[in-house]
Amino acid sequence: MVTDPVPLQLAAELFPNGISRYAIGGLFVGLGTVVIYLGTGIPAGASTFLESTLSYVSGQSRFQQYVSSRDWRLVFTLGIILGALAFAATFQSGVITSSLYQPGTTGELYEVGGLTLWLTDVQPWRLLVGGFFVGVGTRIGKGCTSGHGVCGVGSASKTSITGVVTFMIVAILTAQIVAALGVSP
Amino acid sequence: MSDRHPLFMPLILVGGLIFGFGLGFSHMARPEVVLNFLQFEDFGLVFVMFGAAIVTGVTFFLAPRLLGRAPLTGDQYERRLKPFDRNVLIGGSIFGVGWGLSGICPGAAYASIGIGNVTILWALAGMFAGAYVQGLWRSRQAATETASAGAD
Repeated sequence: MVTDPVPLQLAAELFPNGISRYAIGGLFVGLGTVVIYLGTGIPAGASTFLESTLSYVSGQSRFQQYVSSRDWRLVFTLGIILGALAFAATFQSGVITSSLYQPGTTGELYEVGGLTLWLTDVQPWRLLVGGFFVGVGTRIGKGCTSGHGVCGVGSASKTSITGVVTFMIVAILTAQIVAALGVSP
Repeated sequence: MSDRHPLFMPLILVGGLIFGFGLGFSHMARPEVVLNFLQFEDFGLVFVMFGAAIVTGVTFFLAPRLLGRAPLTGDQYERRLKPFDRNVLIGGSIFGVGWGLSGICPGAAYASIGIGNVTILWALAGMFAGAYVQGLWRSRQAATETASAGAD
């Protein structure tokens, strides 16, 4: 048996699903942000949508400050959903295959009218409680993984880099503790 | 809204489409893959964030220097830097707890709907509830501050 040289073994251990789907997906995320920025000058983040959409149903001043941007943020979110659906209809459904796309084995696949869809195995209580903290934290912390992580880091903003380092460290600790407590998935 | 360029909304939609496709392709719309990163089982997420940040970084650096104004809004290209204060650390930590527990962040949650993951609606319900509670609290705080400042 021929063993791979050490760097290859290490790469396979750190990146069991390769890096191409991540790097290419990331380039698309950046490209979507760039298209909006070049056309409008707006560095778009995803989490303000939560508050701007609440302005439709709540008169609280905190939400009303986003009235002027709430329509386009709704369209942006709709675009994200449809873009992911386009991925589901192509690569996830196996209509398009590429050596650069690793399908992976997480969650469960199911079929609806020739479309291969996907369901998470992560327990609903984790999503609900975690989602609540995400909703509070991103809004107090002035951004999320797209606002701070993509736009902010891209702007070399010290505020955003500090934000990313903070939520990264806390998220790693949280996930490791939850896993150590035997919660899976 | 009527003074907006007719292509403003279509462009936002196209940007969102590309953004959402990327979140699907990179598997960031799958909480398991994010949790695998946070548990040090698959470091691919680093390439998503840096891949995206490099593209935006080059554009954010060059556009203000080479181009004048954004065609659809007439706004000048500029770095919009958010001011740093304690909230970035407090909010970032709260977000980190939520992200580490659920494996999902706002943009990825929207994309997760698109790949068929109806279970993610739990996370979205939680996000809206969390955003509402902090908004209610901060709106009241702002009102109290204004009132007490007026009384002095």
